[in-house]
Amino acid sequence: MNPLLILLGIGLIFQTLGSLALHRFPDVYTRLHGATKCSTFGSIFIYLGVVAYATTLSTPGLILGAHTLLVMLLILLTNSTGSHAIARSAYRAGIMPKQAVVDKLAEEKK
Amino acid sequence: MQKNKNNDNITPITAAVFSLLTYLALTAGSGSILLWSLPELIAAIIFAAVTALLVYRVFNSLKIKTTPAFLNPIRWILLLAYALGPFFIALTKANLDVAYRVLTGKINPGIVKIKPDLETDLGITLLANSITLTPGTLSVDLDEENNLFIHWINVKHPEPKIEDVCSCFPEWIRRITQ
Repeated sequence: MNPLLILLGIGLIFQTLGSLALHRFPDVYTRLHGATKCSTFGSIFIYLGVVAYATTLSTPGLILGAHTLLVMLLILLTNSTGSHAIARSAYRAGIMPKQAVVDKLAEEKK
Repeated sequence: MQKNKNNDNITPITAAVFSLLTYLALTAGSGSILLWSLPELIAAIIFAAVTALLVYRVFNSLKIKTTPAFLNPIRWILLLAYALGPFFIALTKANLDVAYRVLTGKINPGIVKIKPDLETDLGITLLANSITLTPGTLSVDLDEENNLFIHWINVKHPEPKIEDVCSCFPEWIRRITQ
């Protein structure tokens, strides 16, 4: 099998699961788990697929691969800060987690 | 808490260097001066200066404590080893776990509190971002004593040990940042 196809396949599976999580989970926090993290993991594999494709090209391909690795690093940084910002502002806006078995933050705020 | 009074000027310069390197990496191959064209080089210098100015103003107005020891290259190698080794393994495991929960719908969410005992702001930032990037755990807030509140998709115990929530991350981050 072509390694390029395997990488793209893994990436697509996780992207699909991420969008499925958006429909299955009950509230904003649980949806963030699926929608932001699973799709990041999926895009890491898609970027690795692009890098694998770039290594088969000549000189411009090396530049394409370097750019893709840089974008991968940046998306890892911005994804975690972004989803933390969404969760924090959602909690400050008063949205309580649904089906929660424990909420230490609410106990602390009292 | 660490006290760093003499490093106010180091942070903007570091930011400028990183901005310059990133811009040059993204525009490599555009011209004939080494790998870059003249307009790209000028633009890179202008953007680096603007970045340094913004970083200086933000860090001064928010009074963020920085860690100059992080410029030590050994810590960079440790960070790379952490990102490719234990962190990537934990990321893969957590993704498979969340994938199982997406397909079956078995969730048990809640917000728990952990006490990581990290001293520097950089360490707590790195830990919070590692936790957020791992599916299944999401850092929601932190209090004055650097305790993190974490939304956990599968709460096993209302007052868990740190190892249950974020495996071996705190030890690695202590090694990297302190």
